[in-house]
Amino acid sequence: MNNTLLVQALKHHQRRNALAMIAGVALLIAAMALAGSLGAQKFGMATSLRALFAPLLPAAWLSDIPAWQIALLQQLRLPRIVMAVVAGAGLALAGVAMQGITRNPLVSPYTVGISPAAAFGASLAILSGATGVAGAWSGLYLTVAAAFASAVLCATLVLAFSALRGVSATMLVLGGVGLTYLFSALTASVQFVATEQQLAAIVQWTFGSLNGSTWNEVAVAGGVLLLGAPLLQWHAWALNAFAAGGDDIAASLGFAVGRVRTVVTVVAVMITAAVVSFTGVIGFVGLVAPHIARLLIGGDHRWLLPFSAIVGALLVLLSDMAGRLLFAPVIIPVGIVVAYVGVPLFLHLLLSSRHKAGL
Amino acid sequence: MLNISGLHYRHGRRLILDNIDLQVGAGEIVCLVGPNGAGKSTLLKCINRINRVMPSQHARMTLAGDNLQDMSRRNLARAIAYVPQHTGPAMSLRVADMIALGRAPHRTWNSGERDRHIVLDAIERLKLQELALRPYDELSGGERQRVLLARALVQQGRLLLLDEPTSDLDLHHQLEAMTAAREIADTQGSGVLIAIHDLALAARFADRLVMLREGRVVAQGHWREVLTPQHIEAVYGVSVRIGSDGDIPYVIPLRMP
Repeated sequence: MNNTLLVQALKHHQRRNALAMIAGVALLIAAMALAGSLGAQKFGMATSLRALFAPLLPAAWLSDIPAWQIALLQQLRLPRIVMAVVAGAGLALAGVAMQGITRNPLVSPYTVGISPAAAFGASLAILSGATGVAGAWSGLYLTVAAAFASAVLCATLVLAFSALRGVSATMLVLGGVGLTYLFSALTASVQFVATEQQLAAIVQWTFGSLNGSTWNEVAVAGGVLLLGAPLLQWHAWALNAFAAGGDDIAASLGFAVGRVRTVVTVVAVMITAAVVSFTGVIGFVGLVAPHIARLLIGGDHRWLLPFSAIVGALLVLLSDMAGRLLFAPVIIPVGIVVAYVGVPLFLHLLLSSRHKAGL
Repeated sequence: MLNISGLHYRHGRRLILDNIDLQVGAGEIVCLVGPNGAGKSTLLKCINRINRVMPSQHARMTLAGDNLQDMSRRNLARAIAYVPQHTGPAMSLRVADMIALGRAPHRTWNSGERDRHIVLDAIERLKLQELALRPYDELSGGERQRVLLARALVQQGRLLLLDEPTSDLDLHHQLEAMTAAREIADTQGSGVLIAIHDLALAARFADRLVMLREGRVVAQGHWREVLTPQHIEAVYGVSVRIGSDGDIPYVIPLRMP
């Protein structure tokens, strides 16, 4: 192969990645429209799509849709759909960032203890009777706030622990594993002393669900994601360097190892905390979406970060749709469905490309 | 060019490097030899500041007059390229991405086109065209070594540090790796410092050898001065016979006394 052929091959490769990205976005928008159109009340895809983008469209385009339909879509169905996208994209981004920075494909937001910590915070709030005392709404926010505070506390502990004797990847992972067990034990202790109703509420929370998502919740979680995602993208080269050879190599290529690790970890943790505080534990996405993306598009974080986010968003959105529709009117929590949808897909991709993946 | 004097390095309470003096000139290949644990890898990592050397009044490390201790990480990475001994899996990074990482310290907002050219040149020079789009994790040991050399090449440092570049390679690939190092020294005028176990290979390619034992320099200079049966017995505890074919030596281990 001479140089011209090589240039062509590299260009072709870039084009393929760009196409995959465009296809992913298109698929995601289509899935969002489909999710909007299906439910107890059915709508056309076109109606759903227009309601989705209603704030961006001229009023004339929406004039043929009855106001109650727009209201139903915008107030009930769309927040849930957008929350699914935000949650999936956020957890996947946090996963790919944590995997890259620790150079460990088994790491996810779940394994560094953040999700179990959030679960503990939520269960503590439920145990303290927040929902009963202060009314359902403020009680819900108390649960969210407690989950978030607990998740951030856990992240601070992970970072502090790993900083004790120089921040190293192994310590970050092992510290996280330790904290996972600690917070699981704490949650179990809370469950042990909880009343029957509280226990049910706690277990319900840990399933991970998008029930009752509101625009306020979407705004908070989505806001954190919109702030965090560009920061992670900014560090795409650094993540490549960490993935290529760990701390020593990243340092020898001119990256400030400690600073990059701290920034990336903090961003990943904040995104995770912002998501799981509202949705509860959706464990599998952060681990598997990055792997699916890697199998499809390769390990270059400049592409891998956004593509993982798309895969994660699709995974959660489609899972939630399945959970909502399959046994309607019973809604199965997305945290459960996501494993049923994701595991077969993941195993299929793994087996069909085991020669390429180098896993 | 590279000038080290009075370098000490401690790990915990153990003294790993003890008063090292070392020079590497432009376009020169210097090979560090010595038994396992003599401090060869540690020395490379100290030069590269992967190992943090505590400032002392005596230690001085300069590269072309610049004090290595004062340089920013990025400037250090522009000046010194480093090829480590082992790199595990690279999490699905492709060969071209792996090599492009060598441009990371030089990257600016508008350097894309120039960086691409430099990467393409390196791919061609190390004959990696066929592998450019393959995942790094799939390559053989020899191919990986070539990729890491290509990455070091595009880093365009004045100094190249190689840690055991031939340790896992067969005869053909050993020769290939060392020839590539020689080429980089000759064409870019970079100084090359190589930690290596194979004494004959070291002598075949190095302008100078530096022999280490327990963190101290035992001997340095042309291989005829360094590879003597006395030195080798003192350092490795092995008696050897040393012969030569013209200017290329061979070392035959005989027995442990």
